[in-house]
Amino acid sequence: MLTIRSLTKRFPGTLALDDVRFDLRAGEVHALLGENGAGKSTLIKCLTGAYRPDGGEIRLDGAKIAPRSTSEAQELGIGTVYQEVNLLPNLTVAQNLCFGREPRRAGMIRTRAMTRAAQDMLDPYGLDIDVTRDLGHYSVAIRQIVAIARAVALSGKVLILDEPTASLDAREVKMLFDVVRGLKARGLGIVFVSHFLDQVFDLSDRVTVLRNGRHIVTEDIAALDRLSLIEHMLGHALETEVADHATSHDAVIARPEMLTFRGMGRAGVVGPFDLDVGQGEVVGLAGLLGSGRTESAEYLFGLRSGGTAEDIKGPIPIDTPRKAIAAGFGFAPEDRKTDGIVAELSVRENIALALQARRGWARPMPRAEQQRLARMYIERLDIRTSDAEKAVGDLSGGNQQKVVLARWLAMNPRFLILDEPTRGIDVGAHAEILRLIHELVGEGMSLLVISSELDELIAVADRVIVVRDRAHVAELTGAEIRADTIVRAIARHDEIGEVA
Amino acid sequence: MQRTLTQLAPQLVTLAAVVLLVWVVFPGFLDIRLVDGRLVGPVIDILKRGAPVALLATGMTLVIATRGIDLSVGTVMAICGAVAAWAIDGGFGLGGALALAIVAGLVAGLWNGTLVAIVGIQPIVATLILMTAGRGIAQLITEGRILTFTHDGFAWLGSGTLLAVPVPAVIWVLTGIAAALLMRRTALGLLVEAVGINRRAAALAGVNATVLLIAVYMASGLCAALAGIITAADIRGADANNAGLWLELDAILAVVIGGNSLLGGRFSVAASLIGAMIIQTIDTGILLAGFPSEYNLVIKAALVLVILVLQSPRFAAEWRTWRAARAEPRPAGQVQEDAP
Repeated sequence: MLTIRSLTKRFPGTLALDDVRFDLRAGEVHALLGENGAGKSTLIKCLTGAYRPDGGEIRLDGAKIAPRSTSEAQELGIGTVYQEVNLLPNLTVAQNLCFGREPRRAGMIRTRAMTRAAQDMLDPYGLDIDVTRDLGHYSVAIRQIVAIARAVALSGKVLILDEPTASLDAREVKMLFDVVRGLKARGLGIVFVSHFLDQVFDLSDRVTVLRNGRHIVTEDIAALDRLSLIEHMLGHALETEVADHATSHDAVIARPEMLTFRGMGRAGVVGPFDLDVGQGEVVGLAGLLGSGRTESAEYLFGLRSGGTAEDIKGPIPIDTPRKAIAAGFGFAPEDRKTDGIVAELSVRENIALALQARRGWARPMPRAEQQRLARMYIERLDIRTSDAEKAVGDLSGGNQQKVVLARWLAMNPRFLILDEPTRGIDVGAHAEILRLIHELVGEGMSLLVISSELDELIAVADRVIVVRDRAHVAELTGAEIRADTIVRAIARHDEIGEVA
Repeated sequence: MQRTLTQLAPQLVTLAAVVLLVWVVFPGFLDIRLVDGRLVGPVIDILKRGAPVALLATGMTLVIATRGIDLSVGTVMAICGAVAAWAIDGGFGLGGALALAIVAGLVAGLWNGTLVAIVGIQPIVATLILMTAGRGIAQLITEGRILTFTHDGFAWLGSGTLLAVPVPAVIWVLTGIAAALLMRRTALGLLVEAVGINRRAAALAGVNATVLLIAVYMASGLCAALAGIITAADIRGADANNAGLWLELDAILAVVIGGNSLLGGRFSVAASLIGAMIIQTIDTGILLAGFPSEYNLVIKAALVLVILVLQSPRFAAEWRTWRAARAEPRPAGQVQEDAP
């Protein structure tokens, strides 16, 4: 009943959706999968009217639609429930359910009629709660179901569930899934976004995988196993990677040990894990979203404290980012918009920031030196900007990433952590950043590269550590670094062994 | 210099316009005479009377640059004035009284800064605590009375002159210059802006955001202490109830009229100081123009509204589009697409 054809959405510097197709039948749960930046949320935002697509068409029951706002999408029949429930916790359940269309008489809200209407709305969900109490009084799972009830009552054809289970426990997930199955039986089409593969297998009828804004596959869930699903999500092309392998991973090269980390992490977050990094070595960190890979980096950079670090000269304190930086570490975070760039400052100031912070406020870098630095990195990293005084927020994603990289390269760190260095940037910039990684390693810098793109890890890493379920579960070196071994290590569920 | 002037142009033009407006209503406005070795005239009066708001605006600019706000400055003025008056009466001497008042201001700033940077309370709430509780502290110091004193050296700070110029005017100009130099000749300005725009990213780049935040609230407390000293010296007494009352709002207004964004980031101390003078010119101008006093606040509000509308980005954009449309027959205003 819902068909999307060649949907395209462009943001400055990146193609968020590239010729994507998707279809939804009445009475099915269709899972939408992909890593961060694959285009899931962009696709949903196009469906709900938050974004206007640049190309392609959306048809609902055969009629072409172009929702311009969430409320317009609702009127057309497309309702959405987000992970962070978009209801008002300080209003009662009934007020939330009837918000904006309260039963009125002469302009006054009829409270009793509203309570009855709310109870009627919740009836089909087997939810027996006091609708006159504040919504905030109830658990997230019940709020989630109230949100679903509201969305279904308002729209009633297509229901989009965006990561609905992220903050639920197992019993609540089951309760939610029963509700979703009930809706499915009533003939609604349900789009289910989740990064919990178990739940996807449990609930869905069909799966669509997106990667880098492209449609990868749409299959019946029965036709896919865990392994192939992960392969689709992370992507790999076997031929190219074997060739690549022969050149770079012929032998495990013995490198002088530079940094040793012991007992990094804390139960419930990630680890604890140990890590040794050699000089000029690239350690890759592979794993799915939510596996604990970013948290691992946060421990190594002192954003979270737990564990000890040592180099040849003895222990080094790294329990705050400032100490880690003083120890010669650098960290280019995954979400460069919120954690990386300082958007309103210029390219020059962003590049000089870390260096200036290390020098201290009393020793300002002369403007001429900042300009020289900025010019040098604009040239070396090919940062596309009209000049060094342009605000970084006005650059494209790839160029913003290069500015963050330049900031760290200017510090000449000995250990640089790159969390998803190529996410959301165009192909050209992608290749340049990989080239840069090779160059840095040649200069003796050690790198930790976190990536959800297998090809990328295989191309750059000397050693790949696989993170799963908040633990480092496998370490692959030399010829073992292949897409199939990594995927198997990520996918290995309950069985033990198999991975070398 | 050229660049600084260009950046300050909107504020300078506004100030000139307000001065012109007052001059039209009150032709003697720009007269300045030398009487008994002191400059006198409405303009000199504005420079003197504007001192508390100018001082508060200097500190407030830095706080607002970090995406904060300091509602407590008016109250801190009262506390510091009370401390100074109490110390003079207690025989601590001029130096002791000034030192104690300044320490009181710094401690108030440390308190605010700790609540914001370490405890993590929203600045508006954190400083509201001291704003309300502080009056009580000041009243405890003055024991509920207006604490008067006789000390010519201290009174000179409020009503004396230096080279014919009122001392308060000298103090705010020097403080403003010191703050601007401290921010722009060191890296503090850049670091403060970085923290204001994106605290997390700045901290990840190694900026000591916590210390920096505490420091700007302490700077604001210091400026409030100076303002409190001047006010107490001027009336030769500390009035815990009325000293600095509502001045925090004038200070915030001065920063905003100075074109600084309440969302933090890029800031200019000089622009805020011009903003403070614009406000004082309006205040003094209304009095000089001889309107019945009950009209004062309404006229002030109307003028401030006009200024803010004229300075708003939306108005500026409309104005540019309109001019472009007049300059060229075809519409030149290219619509810029917003990034997500």
